[in-house]
Order: sequence, then structure tokens, then C-alpha cells
Amino acid sequence: MTEALQELGTHLEMKRTDCVLSWHVVHDELTVTVAPSSLVSFVEFLKLDQGCQFSTLVDITAVDYPSRAKRFDVVYHFLSMYQNQRIRLRVQIREEDVLPSILSVHPAANWFEREVFDMFGILFSGHPDLRRILTDYGFRGHPLRKDFPTTGYTEVRYDEVQKRVVYEPVSLVQEYRQFDFMSPWEGAQYILPGDEKTKEAAK
Amino acid sequence: MMDGDIRVNTYDDGSTDAVSGEQKIRNFNINFGPQHPAAHGVLRLVLELDGEIVERCDPHIGLLHRGTEKLMESRTYLQNLPYLDRLDYVSPMNQEHAWCLAIERLTGTQVPRRASLIRVLYSEIGRILSHLLNVTTQAMDVGALTPPLWGFEEREKLMVFYERACGARLHAAYFRPGGVHQDLPDQLVEDIDAWAVAFPGVLDDIDGLLTENRIFKQRNANIGIVTEEDIQEWGFSGVMVRGSGLAWDLRRAQPYECYDEFSFQIPVGKNGDCYDRYLCRMAEMRESTSIIRQACEKLRHEKGDVMARGKMTPPTRGEMKTSMEALIHHFKLYTEGFHVPAGEVYAAVEAPKGEFGVYLVADGTNKPYRVKLRAPGYLHLQAMDHVCKGHQLADVSAVIGTMDVVFGEIDR
Repeated sequence: MTEALQELGTHLEMKRTDCVLSWHVVHDELTVTVAPSSLVSFVEFLKLDQGCQFSTLVDITAVDYPSRAKRFDVVYHFLSMYQNQRIRLRVQIREEDVLPSILSVHPAANWFEREVFDMFGILFSGHPDLRRILTDYGFRGHPLRKDFPTTGYTEVRYDEVQKRVVYEPVSLVQEYRQFDFMSPWEGAQYILPGDEKTKEAAK
Repeated sequence: MMDGDIRVNTYDDGSTDAVSGEQKIRNFNINFGPQHPAAHGVLRLVLELDGEIVERCDPHIGLLHRGTEKLMESRTYLQNLPYLDRLDYVSPMNQEHAWCLAIERLTGTQVPRRASLIRVLYSEIGRILSHLLNVTTQAMDVGALTPPLWGFEEREKLMVFYERACGARLHAAYFRPGGVHQDLPDQLVEDIDAWAVAFPGVLDDIDGLLTENRIFKQRNANIGIVTEEDIQEWGFSGVMVRGSGLAWDLRRAQPYECYDEFSFQIPVGKNGDCYDRYLCRMAEMRESTSIIRQACEKLRHEKGDVMARGKMTPPTRGEMKTSMEALIHHFKLYTEGFHVPAGEVYAAVEAPKGEFGVYLVADGTNKPYRVKLRAPGYLHLQAMDHVCKGHQLADVSAVIGTMDVVFGEIDR
């Protein structure tokens, strides 16, 4: 399996030198990093090329790395039912970047791109209907960003006086508890009790 | 005044709009759901109708959104396992399977033989659970009341098998990274086998009720036809593909676990309509029953451990009573959890509804950095507009039925 993927990776790099930034095969999976500008043409190439035939879009998602300059990884998974192979494309973009939509090549990208927009706030140019999809009507913020709290900002309840559902800022009876069980020998984030007293130089 | 009527306005001077006979009749917009019994959960469809013909169909989803992916980022790998049960709650163990496979691929864990067989056995039970629910409730959507009553009786028996293996009827948390939680008692294997002998008889009964039923055929044949081109464009998987004649099954095409040792057929349809998808599901249940019997036969002879003992799995109770190290390991496993090496992996299984995948990004700690759950129903429902356009309003519920949507997995 890995040899076939190596072969495919070499084939892609040779045919589309301008698109492929890098590629590697790990855990029997081929990952290709692509520049945002050449994304659509490369996806179209993958779909139409006789050696690839990646005609099924499996998934589009994103990963947030807040500490990086290029904050988001947008990840595309494709499947070829004819060649029985899978491929993963990765595009790195900044927070303010707009990614071209692949809707013209794969109609199935519609909801996936809406979901990525909803969850991460990444904009897709050329998408006809970039509405929120999973969150509430009128929701604010992008929940899967790492700086969005798990509790969210608002909570809802039915108001007996106003006879309707009202939105209020979250107020928890008890503070949201996030235990960090990481072993202190393996990179725990918290400061151990007593450690705050040590002087900078002693560390 | 109803939306869609031609309005004749009256003005101050007493004159009214002249009706020319050429005025446009506006289309009628209706809400289908979220409380509609044929919406299979909390689906809200905004339908634009021209008479009874569907012109546009806009599904509004997310009414059951629980933020599973966000929650999973702040919990350990083992604590996350039960969330997978709550996705497609009709066949919980198939989802757990994908999660375990993803972790095992990243850590390079080899699952013991007996655990692998148990996983196949319970995955197939899950497939029958899901198909029974789908086939019979879809029949109810098109007017047959008896099939669900017959089908749910069998589902009840299967859920008792779930309960006897793990203690829970629905949310099992039975498949664990590195194997399965507990071994099966011998009697349970015998009982499952006995059930599998009797089950085809029940299928024959349901067959007799539906397959040649005139109303059922009229409501399903030639409705919601899916072509090979649609499959590629809309990313279909599972029965939606096989109903149109493509023998695509991940169990055969990209074998995982020990499916390559089992002999089973992949039933395919011919026309790709709702009726063929129904026939596919019926035939798949028969195939699953045969896999269950094969797995039971193997389980009778192949005894052994059901967990790859190591960092990811707890020590046995007996060991904990005598060994200090085992006790420490047990405590650390259930507080800190195990660490998964950094990397990314996409693990997919052939769930009853199609390809269910887990895209896992690990950063070397005890919690996943990012998890994406790829639900088959999400893509199927997306194509509602494409499939339903031009059909009658009554066909919408037949199509939703055979798309096999469950909102636990679509809304996540």
C-alpha cells in the first residue's frame, strides 16, 4: 500500500510541480501540502487525471494552531472508488485569508465549507450560500477555535414572564472545572505548589 | 390569506387590481419538521412547492448540535469513547470502532485475535440494529404500521445481547483502544448463534409484508433515483452507493479488523431508487446474519485475552490485588489517561449508514488536539435538494427514510 502511495506522490509532484509544496506518506496515508492559490486547479486535476480519479470528496475540516502565523490548516480528504486510494490535502492559511471554494469541482463541498466557516470563521470565495449550519440562528463566534471557551458565552432558558426563550450570559453555579492530570514530569502546564517561590535565577 | 394565493388589492378610490389571467401563481413555502414524525428526529426542511411538486428543498440542521468535537478536545482519549456512542445512537458500537481504530493506528497497537472477532460480531449486530430500524420505520413513513412492531421485537433481543456483553443496552462503551472491555461468556455466544439461526425467518415475514406489497412498491419504486454520477458528485457511501449498482464496501475494498477472513456477499441494487435501497438493506441483514454465525463459530474455538495488555489498557483485577505497579498503572490510566504519539490519521469503517470516519490529530499528550467526525448522513442529507427536486411532497418522506439519516451523527 505504501509503495503505491509513494508512487502516487511522485507522480503528483512531477505532473503538478507548481501546486505541490511538499508531500509525505505516514501511517499508510498520503498527505500533500498545496498552496491556497492553486487549490482548485489541483483538486480538479485529482478528479480528472486517469491515474488519480479522486472523484469522491470525503471530508473538509480545519485545525486551529493559534500560535502560528498561518493559523489554520484546512484539510481535505478525497477517495477514489476506482483506484481504491485515499489522499489528504493540506492548505495553510492566515486568519484573514480567503480560501477559494471547490464547489465548482465537488458539489458535496457545500455543507463542509459552510461548517468550516461556522466553526472556524474561514471564508470561502465563490461559495453561493455561506450561512452558518450547525450552530443556532443568530449565533456569534466560531466555536472550534482554540480561544473559544467550551462553555460558550450565552445560555438559553424559557422565561415564564415574557413567554419566550431568552438568551443570557453564561452564569455557572460552580466554576467550570478543567482538571489537568498530565504528569508533572511530562510537560504539565500548571505551576506546582511551592514552585512559584523559586527565584528566576535558580531555575 | 394563504401564502401563494393571488392577491387582489382594493384601493382608496374603490378600484381593484384587474385579474388578467396571466398572473404568476407564487410558490408555496412550507416547513417540514422539526417536529414531523417522518423527519426522523429534528430535521427542519424548508420546502418550496409548486402545487405538490417540490421545487427547492433547504434542510436546516444543527438542532441537535451538542459540540461533540469541541468537548472531545478537553477530555482524555478514553473519556471520549462514550461520545462516539451518542452519534449514530442506532448502532453505537460501529462508531466506537472507528475511534479505536484511529488510536490503534497511531500507537501501532495489535488487537488480540479474540477481541477482533468480538468486534466483528458486534459490528454486524449493530448493522442489523440499524437496518431493522431503518427498513421498518421507512415502511411506516409510506404507510405500513406493522413492520416497526415486528422489527423492534428483534431489536429488543439484540439490545439484550449488548446488555449482556457490556451492561448497557444502547451506550455501550464496549470497544476500547486495544481490544474490547470484557470477554463474552460462552452462553452468550451460543445464544447469539441461536438467534442468528432464527432471524432469517423473521426477515422472511417482513419480506412477505413489504417486498411485493403494491402500496409499498408504488411509494418506493422509481422514487429518489441516484445515479453513479450523483454518487461521485455528492460523496455518497454505504447503501446509497450499493443501491445504484456499485459494489463498494469498505469491509471488502479496504479491509479492517479481520473482515478478510469472512465470506459474505455485497448485495447491489440495479435502479438506485428507494425500492432498491430497501432490497439492499434486507439482503445485507441476511449477509450480516451469516457473518454473525461465522464469528460465533470462530469464537467457540479461539479463546484468549481480549485486550492488548500495555499502557493503553487496564491491568486485570487479579493483578491489581497483588501488584503495586499494576495498581499505580490502573490509577494513572483512569486519571491521566494514556498518551498518543503526535501525528494525524483518518480511520474509516463501513458503518450501517455508510462510511463513518474519524480524523484524529494528536499532539503527544493525553487529549486529542482535534477530532473530526465524518458522518455519512451529513453528505446524504446535503443532496436532499438534488434528489427531491421534481418529486411530490409525499415522496420527500420516502427519500428521507431511505437516506437513513440519524441526527445524532449529522449534528454532532
